[in-house]
Amino acid sequence: MPMLNSPAELEQLRQDILSKRDPGKPRISVCAGAGCLATGASKVISAFIAEIEKQGLTGEVHTKGTGCPGFCERGPVVVIDPEETCYLQVTPKDVPEIVSETIKGKKVVERLLYADPATNEKAIRESDIPFYRNQERNIIGNNIKIDPKCIDDYLALGGYSALAKVLFRMTAGQVVDEVRKSGLRGRGGGGFPTGIKWDAARNAPSETKYVIVNADEGDPGAFMDRAVLEGNPHSILEGLIIGAYAIGSHEGYVYVRQEYPLALENVGIAIRQAQEYGLLGSNILGSGFDFNVKVHRGAGAFVCGEETALLLSLEGKPGEPRSRPPYPATRGLWGKPTNINNVETWANVPLIINKGAGWFSQFGTEKSRGTKIFSLVGKIKNTGLVEVPMGVTLRDIIYKIGDGIPRGKKFKAVQTGGPAGGCIPEAHLDIPVDYDELAKAGAIMGSGGMIVMDEDTCMVDVARYFLNFLTQESCGKCSPCREGIKQMHRILVNITEGRGKEGDIELLEELAMSTGSASLCALGRSAPNPVLSTIRYFRHEYEAHIREKRCPSYSCRELVSYYIDPEKCQACLICFRKCTSEAITGAKKRIHVVDQAKCNKCGTCFEVCPARFGAVMRLTGEGEPVPGPIPDELRIVVRKKDAKKAAGKETAEEAT
Amino acid sequence: MSEISLQIDGRAVAARDDMTLLEAARSAGISIPTVCHHEKLEPFGGCRLCMVEVTAGGRTNLVAACTYPVQKDLAVKTRSEQIDKIRKVLTEQLLAYAPESEVLQKLAREYRADKDRFPKEPSFCILCGLCVRYCAEIKQKNAVGFVDRGPNREISFVPELAARECWDCKECFPLCPTSALQAAYVLTRSLTSFPSSTQPGSKKQAETNSVAE
Repeated sequence: MPMLNSPAELEQLRQDILSKRDPGKPRISVCAGAGCLATGASKVISAFIAEIEKQGLTGEVHTKGTGCPGFCERGPVVVIDPEETCYLQVTPKDVPEIVSETIKGKKVVERLLYADPATNEKAIRESDIPFYRNQERNIIGNNIKIDPKCIDDYLALGGYSALAKVLFRMTAGQVVDEVRKSGLRGRGGGGFPTGIKWDAARNAPSETKYVIVNADEGDPGAFMDRAVLEGNPHSILEGLIIGAYAIGSHEGYVYVRQEYPLALENVGIAIRQAQEYGLLGSNILGSGFDFNVKVHRGAGAFVCGEETALLLSLEGKPGEPRSRPPYPATRGLWGKPTNINNVETWANVPLIINKGAGWFSQFGTEKSRGTKIFSLVGKIKNTGLVEVPMGVTLRDIIYKIGDGIPRGKKFKAVQTGGPAGGCIPEAHLDIPVDYDELAKAGAIMGSGGMIVMDEDTCMVDVARYFLNFLTQESCGKCSPCREGIKQMHRILVNITEGRGKEGDIELLEELAMSTGSASLCALGRSAPNPVLSTIRYFRHEYEAHIREKRCPSYSCRELVSYYIDPEKCQACLICFRKCTSEAITGAKKRIHVVDQAKCNKCGTCFEVCPARFGAVMRLTGEGEPVPGPIPDELRIVVRKKDAKKAAGKETAEEAT
Repeated sequence: MSEISLQIDGRAVAARDDMTLLEAARSAGISIPTVCHHEKLEPFGGCRLCMVEVTAGGRTNLVAACTYPVQKDLAVKTRSEQIDKIRKVLTEQLLAYAPESEVLQKLAREYRADKDRFPKEPSFCILCGLCVRYCAEIKQKNAVGFVDRGPNREISFVPELAARECWDCKECFPLCPTSALQAAYVLTRSLTSFPSSTQPGSKKQAETNSVAE
């Protein structure tokens, strides 16, 4: 690889790369993000390579594994250029047909296209699919065009031109100003204005300063940063080098959690390739600016995503937060001024430099500019990554992009902001998604997790689940967090297991107050959110659990019983066979009975009982006691059709 | 180093600009409760009993006085309804571990804390970290440290170091706010039951036994 010594050489390299690529030639891009790999994307890639050789097209078609475009629900995703034909849920079996029909014959394979569930209308191109059409994919839109292990792909799309612009045509102060004007706020959850943070680090007097990528994404169900790290690592590096130039730093770290092996691999490759081109290291692009970056693997503690804990972890100490002030901008890593930003924040920087603060700030709301990536998961038809301008409503994300709730169930709540976020009910779905509006609704933006819940989800149990996570992940340094979360969790367990008592809600609120206002770091300060938001919007569910020992969602095992209605049971043996705890007794023509002592409340019998019988009932609460088992002699099943006959006979007998 | 003036509980207080709020308040004779603070040690901010209200530039925040640096013209309130509520709950939570601790009982009287509010788990240790930090910062021996995290966090002596260093020192014993015996107990356990003391569950077992005795 040539070392690039000037912006002109970078441009020349870009032209060379582009000149070798015939835009008319077919290109096959297969998503090789974590989700699609799990559903078999690597086999699809190998199948394409083999099939192309078999059909004599070697050298004519370029096949690559790319970053994640977001539509995980329908992976593996394949896009064929130049037509941008998008195929979903592709398996190796589909590959010969795609190559002969689409690559050779320029025809579309209808069955692999997206079909609108309501109208069955087919969408050929990625951009025609409603899931994508309703997004604004400034950051993840390029993922499907880039092989993350190949810097040339990033360069072909104009990569590192923002860096060249900054190094040769902007002063450090101008860079900070541009970022400040853009209105970019921290995407890791805090939402602190990035420009102000940079300015503080820039003004801190020190020869040595550090810049850090916080890639310690740890929220359950969240994979936004993962997709950018795995799919477009150079965009983060370019942002980081620009930030380093702006604050006067020559050394940086990417703090990636160990649990992201592909991200670690791709970031490592990206750093090496950038070094080989002279885009990292000494005298970058001949500008005289030096910058080096190292990757640090996080060991898995959730709290290390908190910036002061991250810094101590990076120093080799236990990952425990310390008090601020002093802020890292003045005293950070090894006591030196340090600027830490989240993955997505850094990825926005090259876009702001290239397209301008004005371009960036046209997206979003007055106080929350730009786009935000969310991982849309839970009870939602289109699971995946979505990038939307701030200010769209939750309803649009859930229904227009997510296509609503599967299996005809009713929406109950959406949990935003990770484990310390809040649950927002139907009545508030029209609030615009930005930092301040979510906070007003009792939730937080967080790093962008969005978990959709349907009517079968118990909100007390949800709070218990998240508090359990936080109990495990509290570092234990400060007592309001360590003890408060533990006590709240204990009370929530009691409530969901039928041991709740009057006063528990008030005690939860009191503990939430002390933990939320006295904890040392944001983990403790935001930990009460799941509790307070569910109390705020679903207090009746708490009361039902506490007063009537009733779980309105039939979800808390200790409060639910399964019972087979002897009037309806047709002795079909399905539940008998599927029971996971051998709790159902029955035989042919013998009414089935659940042995309550053996039942583990898994709910399988309820799910498998044929709808036309509907014999298995869920009972909950003191108002719905389980009837005793029927006497053995009455357990002869009366088939529906026999019952009719018998009824006729009986009337005849009575008449005589 | 220069002198600045700030307001604490309505009184003008002069302080050196490298002081914490706690130091400034105590130098002016205003008391703020703490259990994890020690003047010879670096501020820790663990027990959070020293939460106070600070107002600057029109914004009011709750901060830990032991770690918060003084600033010119800061207005500080050391008591308020919310602060008292926080101190009450925090004291109640700590009392579950050390119901006999005199320090905590005194706090309980001051803030009307109910020592029976939360289920008892008498380990005696409230994880203030005084022993750990004293050993690290003053003695520079690191013979005692924290292990595990969250509710499983506990203090533990490193047997190899403790066997060599501790018998002639024991300076951490009197620092313990719950009972000097706590440190002695943990030390003895480390030296007598190694390596089983590092296994999960053994702590609970040992505690149950010692409480029963």
